[in-house]
Amino acid sequence: MAILNALIKKESLHIIRDPRTLLITLLMPLVLLLLFGFAISTEVRNIRICAVVDRHTDETRAILERFRNNEYFDFQGLVASTEQNRMLEEGLTDAILILRTATGNMESQIIVDASNTTMAQAATGYIESMVSGQSGNSPIISSTLYNPQLKSSYNFVPGIMGMIFILICAIMTSVSIVREKETGTLNLLIVSPIRAATIILGKLIPYFILSAVILAIVLMLAYGVLGMPYSPASIVNVVLFSLLYILLSLSIGLLISALVRTQLAALIVSAVAFMLPVVMLSGMIFPIDNLPIVLQWVSAVIPARWYIAAMRKIMVQEIGIGFLVGELTILASTTAVLLTLAIVKFKSAVR
Amino acid sequence: MNNSEYAITVKDLTKKFGDFTAVDRITFDVRKGEIFGFLGANGAGKTTAMRMLCGLSVPTSGNGRVAGFDIVRQAEMIKRRIGYMSQNFSLYQNLTAEENLRLFGTIYGLSDREIKTRSQRLFQDLDMESMRGKRVGDIPVGWKQKLAFVAATIHLPEIVFLDEPTGGVDPVTRRKFWELIYKATADGMTVFVTTHYLDEAEYCNRVSIMVDGRIEALDSPDNLKKRYDADTMDEVFRMVAKNAKRAE
Repeated sequence: MAILNALIKKESLHIIRDPRTLLITLLMPLVLLLLFGFAISTEVRNIRICAVVDRHTDETRAILERFRNNEYFDFQGLVASTEQNRMLEEGLTDAILILRTATGNMESQIIVDASNTTMAQAATGYIESMVSGQSGNSPIISSTLYNPQLKSSYNFVPGIMGMIFILICAIMTSVSIVREKETGTLNLLIVSPIRAATIILGKLIPYFILSAVILAIVLMLAYGVLGMPYSPASIVNVVLFSLLYILLSLSIGLLISALVRTQLAALIVSAVAFMLPVVMLSGMIFPIDNLPIVLQWVSAVIPARWYIAAMRKIMVQEIGIGFLVGELTILASTTAVLLTLAIVKFKSAVR
Repeated sequence: MNNSEYAITVKDLTKKFGDFTAVDRITFDVRKGEIFGFLGANGAGKTTAMRMLCGLSVPTSGNGRVAGFDIVRQAEMIKRRIGYMSQNFSLYQNLTAEENLRLFGTIYGLSDREIKTRSQRLFQDLDMESMRGKRVGDIPVGWKQKLAFVAATIHLPEIVFLDEPTGGVDPVTRRKFWELIYKATADGMTVFVTTHYLDEAEYCNRVSIMVDGRIEALDSPDNLKKRYDADTMDEVFRMVAKNAKRAE
């Protein structure tokens, strides 16, 4: 026990006395959250649009008036039908709305510059609903649950959390252990009578505490600044899932440290083998259902996918833990397997 | 307790990695209180042999006893009774000199009081009072090396293993370091040291020279020089190692 305390104290001193790394570790989640929560958003605003109308009616005037007054659009006025292609080709506008009333019934057509697909998809959707909404006899009544304003922070906060803990736990733990391999201090610990389990705990505990602090910061931001829906029950579930996920990420870090020799290798393995899949395949940014089927299979083995899915359910839908048995089982068993594997590998690596 | 006159006895110790025989049936003993020099070119198998003695690596065959305990079955007992200092005087660079000593003292099961009194005395003996509160990373290399030795011996081990303890250090500092080693043996400690510097071999009571995994010569420096009709250990080494097949 005294030995474990001494090791934890040593590790804590190392963390505190490397203020640059500590600062990055604490600031990175902050910056990522604010960046994704505020600055980067999948909402599309200020779509530039022109209209081509062959003969004005009350209907077309009403439609154009709606575009003029909508904050999502920057209505650039009417253009001649001969101009429409040039406007798009020269990038002077994002979309052209064509209204034909000469036949009696109104026909409409939307032409969108899809060089930015996200913008094009969103714009098409908006324009369609604005044109058809006018007639007032749309058969579909849609209501958006859980995130009626479609705030992108609701979508990103769970994703960012899934990334941050992999980043901090896996990279920091593996680099700190491998650094001891490089400098030779790990050898000193191994020739001493300390048990391997004590060495492992001496590494895991300080980084677990640091991660818990980061979790607290992230949650304060998520609830206080980004306005995630709040309820005591959901917070308890969030903390529970996150601590499990932190343990999982620490196990990954430990496993990496047992397999590589240099800090650089540890960094690359953590970043390439774990960070990229998390960003690309976990559903953090790109919906898993949109992935090719093979990548969907691959994503099933990425723990972040299950954590992020669970976090979305807990944080956004605020559903109880009873609905999350699947995610919980997967995360818990993955953690158990990874931790066991890491300990076995670490022990054999230090022998 | 180990009542024999030997601190280390090794018989036919062998370590193979696949087809490669790193250590090939070496046999030797080290008396208690002796300074035993373990010489050999890079790749001759010194470090592998030393790792087996420290309980870090399991021999393929052969056996050995360190501090009276079997190196295979009682490695944990051995670890309590030895000290180890490695090539780059590895200590925790971000901890102060005192914090390093306290850490290693605690690891070897010393009480806070013991650590306090011992490190106090050691800092005074080494004239290192001013270095106590400095981070090891900021301490000059010569002092760092002494500190590493002190940290390796703070629990008063029966045997201390020094793996290239003077690498990259100037001759004057090396000489001072050897004074420290002599002092430790005067207190009854056994010293097992590997080195590149052949002038240092002269400081040892006995030396062994390893070539391609085997011990090719083992005696006191004076006897070796007589046998090979050489003036210095350097010449002895060159004659013994001239047929080495493994590259540097």
